[in-house]
Amino acid sequence: MTRRKWLVLAAQVMLAVVVFGGWQLFTSLKIVDPFFFGQPSGIIKQISDWVHHGTNFGSIWDQIWTTMEEAIFGFLIGVACGIVAGVLLGQIRFLSEVFSPYIKAVNALPRIVLGALFVIMLGLGITSKIVLAAFLVFFVVFFNAFQGVREVDGNLVNNVRILGASRLQVVRNVVIPSALTWIIASLHVAFGFAIIGAIVGEVLGAQHGLGVVITDSMNNFNSDGVFAGMIIIGAIALLAEWLISLLEKRLLAWRPQVDTQASAV
Amino acid sequence: MRSNTQRDPQLRQSGRIELTGVTKRFQTPGGDTFTALRDVTMTVEPGEFCAVVGPSGCGKSTTLTMVAGLDRASEGTVSIGGQPVTGIGRGTSFMFQTDALLPWKSVLGNVAMGPLFRGVPKKSALTDAKDWLRMVGLAGFEDRYPHQLSGGMRKRVSLAAALINEPSILLMDEPFGALDVQTKAIMSNELLTLWDQSKPSVIFVTHDLEEAIALADKVVVMTAGPGTVKAVFDIDLPRPRGSVQEIRFGQRFTELHHEIWESLRDEVTRAYARTAAAAGESDALDRVAEVHS
Repeated sequence: MTRRKWLVLAAQVMLAVVVFGGWQLFTSLKIVDPFFFGQPSGIIKQISDWVHHGTNFGSIWDQIWTTMEEAIFGFLIGVACGIVAGVLLGQIRFLSEVFSPYIKAVNALPRIVLGALFVIMLGLGITSKIVLAAFLVFFVVFFNAFQGVREVDGNLVNNVRILGASRLQVVRNVVIPSALTWIIASLHVAFGFAIIGAIVGEVLGAQHGLGVVITDSMNNFNSDGVFAGMIIIGAIALLAEWLISLLEKRLLAWRPQVDTQASAV
Repeated sequence: MRSNTQRDPQLRQSGRIELTGVTKRFQTPGGDTFTALRDVTMTVEPGEFCAVVGPSGCGKSTTLTMVAGLDRASEGTVSIGGQPVTGIGRGTSFMFQTDALLPWKSVLGNVAMGPLFRGVPKKSALTDAKDWLRMVGLAGFEDRYPHQLSGGMRKRVSLAAALINEPSILLMDEPFGALDVQTKAIMSNELLTLWDQSKPSVIFVTHDLEEAIALADKVVVMTAGPGTVKAVFDIDLPRPRGSVQEIRFGQRFTELHHEIWESLRDEVTRAYARTAAAAGESDALDRVAEVHS
């Protein structure tokens, strides 16, 4: 590592020490009330308590798994529907003209509220959360896929058509790979939405999941519990982000190497 | 969708291109009609190498897209082998001005596309593609992606991709326009060698008169837009012509160049005067806009 990199790393560690150390210090000295604002040591204790003794709703792993299941299924369904709809509407002008006002209208709604509706319709189980997560993911991916398809270089399309490609071959060889750059960029944001969908769905009404654990902590004025739940979710999101970056690298291997500065952020 | 010519293999083989009274109008976004081509009539015999020169914006590229079947004429007919062009034909290949290689496919994948789209089994398509890459001097580069190649190498890949389909008609839209002079000369030589092997009919659009004379059997001069055929010159330089770099010092070459340039110069001057006037006009508009804002 170069000197500069060490310097950055050192500054990063310092920043964490100052923020969390300060938090711990001020709450220990009772300048800030740990009852309302939580405390780093309390958060760690809470997590270890959950790991060793479970939550009020069973093992913590079950809660994590429930939320992940909802987020992952919602993510996959939303991505699949978003890509299919985006490519279809991007390719077939008639469809895009028919659907676009409706899609804009639904997009303008506060979709998170639909979660309440899904809980009423589909019950307290994981289905309602999967549907909410998929719904949120769909729009992100759809708009990107649609735009990606629209931005396809007409020259490339003409070239493969002259080489003898059928319409389906054009879509497979040109349209989808070209739109993939846009679609993959949307996946990072989309997984965040999947988690939001799962958690909000659980908060609105469920028997298991991290959302339930967080709501329970909130109802008991346990700020450490809320923070602990948040940190666990954050860890899951980071893991997912890492997996998506791997996928991105694999699928977009053909691209010229870009400056790594941007990905460092 | 496909051209009628594919139904009759014999006609497909005969790559005679005929444009008769072809006019092409476009609707501008402002709602006006813009005439790109007016009453173009020209013929390219099977196996003939025809270069089309003219000032920029004279509709040279438009002519090619209509022969390729990507676009229809507003008036007149375009026909290949005696059959009117109604869509993309099987015997036609096109080399675009800008890179039209798929950046997400390897060099080999790009060249193998043509046969694969036409239902050739994967294995023999890849073998063919390898052969063609060797022929354009790119053996060993099969697994590279286009962005890892130089401009000249990408043109070679495009050439291989266009020729692997064994076209009876090869349309080229300023294919070497973006290359440096030396690379351009090398590519021209290779194009002539490869063309000589299968002799497709070629329409080669360029604004470089020397390139046109060095390569072609026939040079068509087009007028400033709306484009129409101004004059046709037969290039009686013997073939094989050898190096494109050297042929241009020959006496007959100079004569031809002089003769064709006489015809082309007026059009270039006219096109230039028009764009200069248009630029002046938009400057004036800019100034008006400034005053109002």
